[in-house]
Amino acid sequence: MNNNPPVISVRDLVVGFGATTVLDGASIDVFGGEILGFVGGSGAGKSVLMRAIIGLVPKRAGKIEVFGSDLATLNGRERRAIEQRWGVLFQHGALFSSLTALQNVQFPMREFLRLSPRLMEEIALAKLEMVGLSADVRGKYPSELSGGMIKRVALARALALDPDTVFLDEPTSGLDPIGAAEFDALIRTLQRTLGLSVFMVTHDLDSLHAVCDRIAVLFHGRVIAAGPIETMLASEHPWLQSYFGGARSRQLQGRVLQSQTLQNQVMNS
Amino acid sequence: MSQASLTGRTDGERVALIAAGSWTAERAAELETIVDDTSRRYVGARSVVIDLARLERLDTFGAWLIERLKRAFILRGSSARVVGLSEADCDLMDEVVQVNLAPGQKKAAANPILAALDTIGRGIADNGWSLVLLAQMLGALTGALLGTIAYPRRLRLTSLVHHLERVGWRAVPIIVVITFMIGAILAQQGIFRFRSVGLDVYVVDMVSVLVLREVGVLIVCIMVAGRSGSAYTAEIGSMKMREEIDALRTMGLDPVEVLVLPRIIALVIAVPLLTFIGSIAALYGAGLVCWLYAGMAPEIFLERLREAIWLPTFAVGMIKAPFMALMIGLVACVEGFEVEGSAASLGLKTTASVVKSIFLVIALDGFFAMFFAGVGM
Repeated sequence: MNNNPPVISVRDLVVGFGATTVLDGASIDVFGGEILGFVGGSGAGKSVLMRAIIGLVPKRAGKIEVFGSDLATLNGRERRAIEQRWGVLFQHGALFSSLTALQNVQFPMREFLRLSPRLMEEIALAKLEMVGLSADVRGKYPSELSGGMIKRVALARALALDPDTVFLDEPTSGLDPIGAAEFDALIRTLQRTLGLSVFMVTHDLDSLHAVCDRIAVLFHGRVIAAGPIETMLASEHPWLQSYFGGARSRQLQGRVLQSQTLQNQVMNS
Repeated sequence: MSQASLTGRTDGERVALIAAGSWTAERAAELETIVDDTSRRYVGARSVVIDLARLERLDTFGAWLIERLKRAFILRGSSARVVGLSEADCDLMDEVVQVNLAPGQKKAAANPILAALDTIGRGIADNGWSLVLLAQMLGALTGALLGTIAYPRRLRLTSLVHHLERVGWRAVPIIVVITFMIGAILAQQGIFRFRSVGLDVYVVDMVSVLVLREVGVLIVCIMVAGRSGSAYTAEIGSMKMREEIDALRTMGLDPVEVLVLPRIIALVIAVPLLTFIGSIAALYGAGLVCWLYAGMAPEIFLERLREAIWLPTFAVGMIKAPFMALMIGLVACVEGFEVEGSAASLGLKTTASVVKSIFLVIALDGFFAMFFAGVGM
């Protein structure tokens, strides 16, 4: 999997707000077609790194390359072309509250593609169904949807333009374990069918075990480790040991094998 | 990127379609025309084979259009199948086969007359309902006020002072500027008309009575409704959206006591003070114009002012002020609590708050005019 060239490559990124430096020389690669789980303590700057990559937070130093081009050197038009190739799922969904679920998914298409209303409606409905929602939600406003449904609609919107890469900020936070497991399976399925690369900020140990090909760890502003779950479990680093070796995680380790079988089932289904 | 295309070959009643190029989102619009044309061209076909072996790229848009083509043929009773799928695209195609199966729901067009009547009826009911909500809020507020009088320590003094600063102290500059200008304009207009009949000095009577009884308090209330009422609605509304109000309730606190009472008390204190400051600024503006524009010495202006007004003239304006403040505060808080989930609803309610409170202030002013006429003030 790592033979693919990296779709996202971050080198020595420094990001700070005022006197505080959040990221201090963070480097990370996301390869084509992989699901990268990104972990770190609360407030370690995981979301900041994600927001720096997608350009919502200015960087102080370092280099961010997405799809092989340095975002800092692009002009507006080239940048927009890149932005259409990624989709972002924000932590709380960030659905437009004055638009219905269907209109939310149609929004990027309406802005960037010239489609007939019929095709736009069909594709948007298809996306809603692909993320596991029934067609009934089409006319509902975000305030009428449950937390899990909001995340699914937001995922459908992130996938609206068939992006190459999606950024997911804590996709399973706030979902019950069953909902979270379904969401994990959904991400895996979509990643496979659409050939996505996925950058996923998460705290959910289940997700890390179940769907992530590689895991990167942010600690004190740097990425201190990156690799598959086995590497994380074998690591000597005290923070990694307490993160993956804690009581909640130890229960899961026994299930790594199980989850891999489950994953295969999902793949085969 | 190569052109997307769909070429067909007819062999009796059998049709072989070959899709080539990249069938992706950027080309979706042109592909849709191609697909629709193709399905129309081969209407009589018995069996259709769609060959995808020469596709370069396929995404959801392309996959759906191929599925739509296939369904169009099947719907007309011909058999259609897709061949030559690459392994990577197989999953995507499988996924697309399962979507959009439910028949589209069409809304029946409503009778326009009934729809218009419906809108009018709902509008009237909404307005009636908002009066009920106002009465409800007034009741809740009275309850909270009585509770606070019984246990004065429950009054949120910090919050009260904070709001007093925001709606009172910080409004002083803009209120002074606006009322000063209004006073000056009234005086200028008055001088212009009264001079033609040689009754220059009566301009002082007109301006002073107008300003002290009506204009001062109205201008201040309109400013406060736009400046502070809208802020109250937006604050309470966004707290409602983020469930902060529910959080207060679950902690056993009364949102009316915590949020509404300090805000409305602040308004009831601030608006009379602002009215006083505003009226004086307006009279100052009027005096200045009389002096500079009409050459009326300040001593004469003051002399005339003393004759023109007596204490009740001043009292009328000041008595109205706290009631109008109460009205603005009530409307603003009611609308704030009415905000629902969406950003659009917040905007709608904030607008409604300003429009309704200005309307009600003026209506209230009308009732006061009748009342004062009745008691001879």
